Amino acid sequence: MAVSTLPDPASPADAGHPLAPIPYVVRAVATETPDIVTLTLVPRSTKRTGPFRPGQFNMLYAFGVGESAISISGGSPDGQLIHTVQSLGKVSNALTRLTPGDTVGVRGPYGRGWPVAEAKGRDLVIVAGGLGLPPLRPALYEIFRNREAYGRVEIIDGARTPKNLVFYDEVQGWRRRSDLRVQVTVDSAGRDWYGDVGVVTTRIPDARFDPERTTAFVCGPEIMMKLTAQALVARKVPAETIFLSMERNMKCAIGFCGHCQYQSSFICRDGPVLRYSAVQTLLNLKEV
Amino acid sequence: MVELKVGDRRVLGRGDFPAFFAALRDAGYDVIGPTIHDGAIVYDRLTRVEDLPIGWTDRQGPGKYRLERRGDQALFGYNVGPFTWKKFLYPPRERLWTAYRDGDAFSIEPEPVDGPPLAFLGMRACELAGVRVTDRVFQGGPVADPGYSARRSRLLRIAVECGEAGANCFCVSMGTGPGVGADVDLVLTEILEPGPHRFLLRVGSPAGAEVLARVPLTPAEPTDGQIAEAIVERTAGSMGRTMNTEGIRDLLRNNLEHPRWDNVAKRCLACTNCTMVCPTCFCSTQEEVPDLDVSKVERWRRWDSCFNLAFTELHGSSVRKSGLSRYRQWLTHKLGTWNDQFGSSGCVGCGRCITWCPVGIDLTEEVAAIRKSPGATAAAATKGGSP
Repeated sequence: MAVSTLPDPASPADAGHPLAPIPYVVRAVATETPDIVTLTLVPRSTKRTGPFRPGQFNMLYAFGVGESAISISGGSPDGQLIHTVQSLGKVSNALTRLTPGDTVGVRGPYGRGWPVAEAKGRDLVIVAGGLGLPPLRPALYEIFRNREAYGRVEIIDGARTPKNLVFYDEVQGWRRRSDLRVQVTVDSAGRDWYGDVGVVTTRIPDARFDPERTTAFVCGPEIMMKLTAQALVARKVPAETIFLSMERNMKCAIGFCGHCQYQSSFICRDGPVLRYSAVQTLLNLKEV
Repeated sequence: MVELKVGDRRVLGRGDFPAFFAALRDAGYDVIGPTIHDGAIVYDRLTRVEDLPIGWTDRQGPGKYRLERRGDQALFGYNVGPFTWKKFLYPPRERLWTAYRDGDAFSIEPEPVDGPPLAFLGMRACELAGVRVTDRVFQGGPVADPGYSARRSRLLRIAVECGEAGANCFCVSMGTGPGVGADVDLVLTEILEPGPHRFLLRVGSPAGAEVLARVPLTPAEPTDGQIAEAIVERTAGSMGRTMNTEGIRDLLRNNLEHPRWDNVAKRCLACTNCTMVCPTCFCSTQEEVPDLDVSKVERWRRWDSCFNLAFTELHGSSVRKSGLSRYRQWLTHKLGTWNDQFGSSGCVGCGRCITWCPVGIDLTEEVAAIRKSPGATAAAATKGGSP
């Protein structure tokens, strides 16, 4: 079985000091959920970050507050960047309060993303939990652009409640496509929810794929990724072709600050996307 | 005067040491070296030879460090103190950039990286190895740290081989000393006897040769070389500690649930001392320092430690909450996964973490305990943590 290799990180654009952000202007702010917004950013001047690959992240800087590692949920070749941010701490709270016209700092892109090109010719299972969807979104659009290059594409999107589903309208649009199968499920819901209820792993047995030729991209909380990977392995998907996007505290994103160490890996440089087979035993260990 | 070449050996008399010191300053170097401060030999800017800890030595043990008078006037008759040269290449606090508000926008000005070239006088073999390790951390990746690189590129490394080993030394086990190899600018071996107090001097680089141009030196006799070799050999034979490093990376990787982690965690105070005195620990955090009306913001980087609870904060909680997980992270990284990340061990065998641990935790003992019963697992090692 051919094991795909993770793509190399794109080289960061020359931005003077590698830790100095580049000013971007907030062009639009879309509210996803009460505490999650999607920001559309454009460069303030000719200075901009380098091209990104699906699954990579940027460090976003809120003036006077600080920086936070935020995955890239989209963008365009003219330098536009899309970031989905949940208010979870001081910096992300400041980022969710930005309004159009505000300036935000960006440096990146960083890390190794999803092996989208290497997965060509294979079935794809893409599992998102909550805010796990935004980092997968650029991968999905790249796959849609080359849809004929892939086998079956199965998307499982889950969240705690219907209110926590992000990019909901887009996902509904994907459900109408005949060349994908999309399952949406929530952990709990009120009577107004007619969809599936249950954690994402409950949808794995129903997913249609040929395990021997399947690549899986899984993104969400660590426990969700671990259980999803186990459910995929139970369906005979090799651990080597399951990819997870790990998350750890990050200060520098370039391997200098040590905060994101995960045993042999720096999540910023060697991840965030890591092969399940490489982290399988660590995921069973507490406090790594 | 005959121009010196790399590999040349000369003798520098103790009486001519001030001329050597002056030559460093005349060449424009800020001389950083050992000096006594607050009852310890620390590294600081030196202005004269008398700043050196002449006639002093350090007695070390687990959690113990005392200065003592020597019976002679050795300039470098001690081992290593609480400071490392890291402090000068990678300062404990460093401004990275300043941002200025301009209406809705802001602009960012990176901190200029300048300052005089530095000469580190009195580097030990283990400390040279430590700088090679931080070189790989800050210059070996896809991007180099501008401040570190600027200071490192103009650095003159003057090593002094250790005349004796300390009680916590284990450079022989780590393969870093006590003899100094070729990757250095100048090497001194202090000879107290027989004969007059003098230094055997070895030229390691053209930059090293250059500063010697006007220093009075005499040819080295074969006996000088033999004496210097004997000094290094004696030091190598008197290491206070040993660590068996065979297969250590796999040993630690395969023993992440060993009961010894719980044992050491009960003693560890998570005070961060070991990481602060380590010549290779490189972790840092960043601080945002705004002025009163938030019109100007400074971004500072300062040393951080994997022993701090907030180090692994993620979404309002810490990943490594227990002392066990934090000690395990430090030791497995230092001795094990460092190899995966940087191609060498993160430990150079200087023993500082043993000396400056307030409860005297000795990493060589911890490794030995794990090696004694590899594969052991304990419920104690897995309970109490959060998922």
